[in-house]
Amino acid sequence: MSVDARLATPRATVAPKVATRRRRGNGIGRQIALQLLCIAIGLTVIFPVLWVVAMAVDPRNLQKPDSLFPPGASLDAFARVIAKPTTNPVSFLTLAMNSLFIALVITVASVTIGVLAAYAFSRMRFRGREALMIGILAVLMLPAVATIAPLFVSLNKIQIGTFNLRNSLLGVSIAIVSSQLPFAIWNMKGYLDTIPKELEEAATVDGAGKFQTFRLIILPLARPVLAVTALFAFIAGWTEFILSWIFLTKPETFTLAMALNGMVGQYASSTPWSNFAAFSILFAVPPIVAYAVLQRYIVGGLTVGGVKG
Amino acid sequence: MSAVATPAPILAPRPSRWRRSRDTRTAYTFLLPALLVMAVITFYPLVFQVYMSFTDYGLKNLAPKAAAPNLVGFDNYLRILNNNIVIPNFDFVRILVFNLWWALSNVVIHVVLGVGIALLLNTPKLRLRRFWRSLYILPVMIPPIIVATVWRNMFDPQNGAVNQILNGTIGVIFRLPPITLDWLNYPNPLIQAGPFILPLAYFGLLAANVWLGWPLNSVVATGALQAIPKELYEAAEMDGAGAWQRFRAVTLPFLRPAMFPFAIYGFVVTFNLFYLSYFMSGGGPFGQTELLVTTAYRLVAEQKLYGVAAAFAIFQFFILLTITIITNRLAKATASYNA
Repeated sequence: MSVDARLATPRATVAPKVATRRRRGNGIGRQIALQLLCIAIGLTVIFPVLWVVAMAVDPRNLQKPDSLFPPGASLDAFARVIAKPTTNPVSFLTLAMNSLFIALVITVASVTIGVLAAYAFSRMRFRGREALMIGILAVLMLPAVATIAPLFVSLNKIQIGTFNLRNSLLGVSIAIVSSQLPFAIWNMKGYLDTIPKELEEAATVDGAGKFQTFRLIILPLARPVLAVTALFAFIAGWTEFILSWIFLTKPETFTLAMALNGMVGQYASSTPWSNFAAFSILFAVPPIVAYAVLQRYIVGGLTVGGVKG
Repeated sequence: MSAVATPAPILAPRPSRWRRSRDTRTAYTFLLPALLVMAVITFYPLVFQVYMSFTDYGLKNLAPKAAAPNLVGFDNYLRILNNNIVIPNFDFVRILVFNLWWALSNVVIHVVLGVGIALLLNTPKLRLRRFWRSLYILPVMIPPIIVATVWRNMFDPQNGAVNQILNGTIGVIFRLPPITLDWLNYPNPLIQAGPFILPLAYFGLLAANVWLGWPLNSVVATGALQAIPKELYEAAEMDGAGAWQRFRAVTLPFLRPAMFPFAIYGFVVTFNLFYLSYFMSGGGPFGQTELLVTTAYRLVAEQKLYGVAAAFAIFQFFILLTITIITNRLAKATASYNA
């Protein structure tokens, strides 16, 4: 009480005019101080990126480059990793296509299956709704690692001739969908909850069925969350390491993330840092481009934090 | 009794039974694909996992025509609790304590920095606002696996960026010999109190994850800040409220409903964050930066102890369930406090 009063009284006696005049007088100094602060934060943000770029363009191909400003620049490291990224006889293109396959399967599966379920949870009242939502929420917080043992064992049982589902890109994709789908459902449900019901009621009055309302009204309005959910699923698949590293044993099915692990793992000392850096940049480009394109949707489209009934 | 059936659907407080069962049918048509997929690849494995956790499922049971594993009762659970598994330096309680502290310390720093920088970028008349906002989002866009490998590289004792910067700044000022500190493997813990052990590697991981984590918090905080009506600030200023009072009375109540659920989400994500621990420190030194997820992973990937891994996952499940229940209580408590 007394502290409050002490804080409040002197401020209250200062007329608002004085305050604004003081601020106007220091406008430039204040702007410079703010900009310096922004630059300082910006430097910490950008530094690791500059570090990687500097390593990647270092023309000397040292085992461990030693300077943020290499003498000259060359794209040799990029050419080297594209030609032969790892000690395995697999090209960069094969690795990238494998990563792309996983990413696309996960994106398509989790968005299409997820949005139907999200619509039912968001708009319909039915028996078992609460139980199912709790079930999905419980799975949502489980990390992918938590079901890795049973998934490995179960998928391993499916063997058709020489094809083993566990040891295939399709099997890995299926296993990843299991952890991506609950996120997709919950995130899209959160967004659909914010679309006003009146729009659908108008359509229902006009005689549209549930499927028509869903297709003609909800889907177009849900585009931002579809985009963001697809983005997250794509990146999760593109960068997946945890399951693929355990499931896949044939070099022709290896992914970019697995190759990256080969570059930093226990045999890392044999990989020149320039190659590692060039590889990282090539690997990171698709997610960065996708983010940049979809950036304006991200705040509105990421609703998974909001847990509502 | 036939009055119930009178055709007054608009006024009826509760739809008829026929209508309800039709709604349920429609709902389940929409849910069918998701339920089928999740039944096969999520719920079945979870149930199978419970069975596995009571067996000695291992590499020997993987071959197509291998014998079924033996039932071993609660053996796997006891082995975990007694730290009797093959992973060196395994200590269940120490890992759990570290894991909780890891998530908590990260989220607190992320939220404080995220809100602080969002406020900075929300200052009226700030120049280049859009430029700074789009620059600061950069860490969010880079895949965590690359963040982890690059930061590991930066903490390299000889040629890493961190030691080079230290050499170039305080090393020059204080005329120190070249610093070759091995951040991620320095063996002596900085803080040690019973099962609570923080090695230097923790601070290395923390630095990387702070770099990775605050920008998204800042984006969420910015969204909440922009929803605050300007009139409220003007009114507060007219009432003579200072900057701190305006923050407490106007900004904070608007930030809380957006930031709190996101902080809970961030806590769970950080709690389960695999990449930094696995790729930067490899769980070292002496397993002191190992998390539950990386331990579970090693049980499957390195030890091939599928039965023990299943029991471990069930511990994980109950730990996460407890966290969820506590955070939901907290969320409800703060929600009613606001109202």
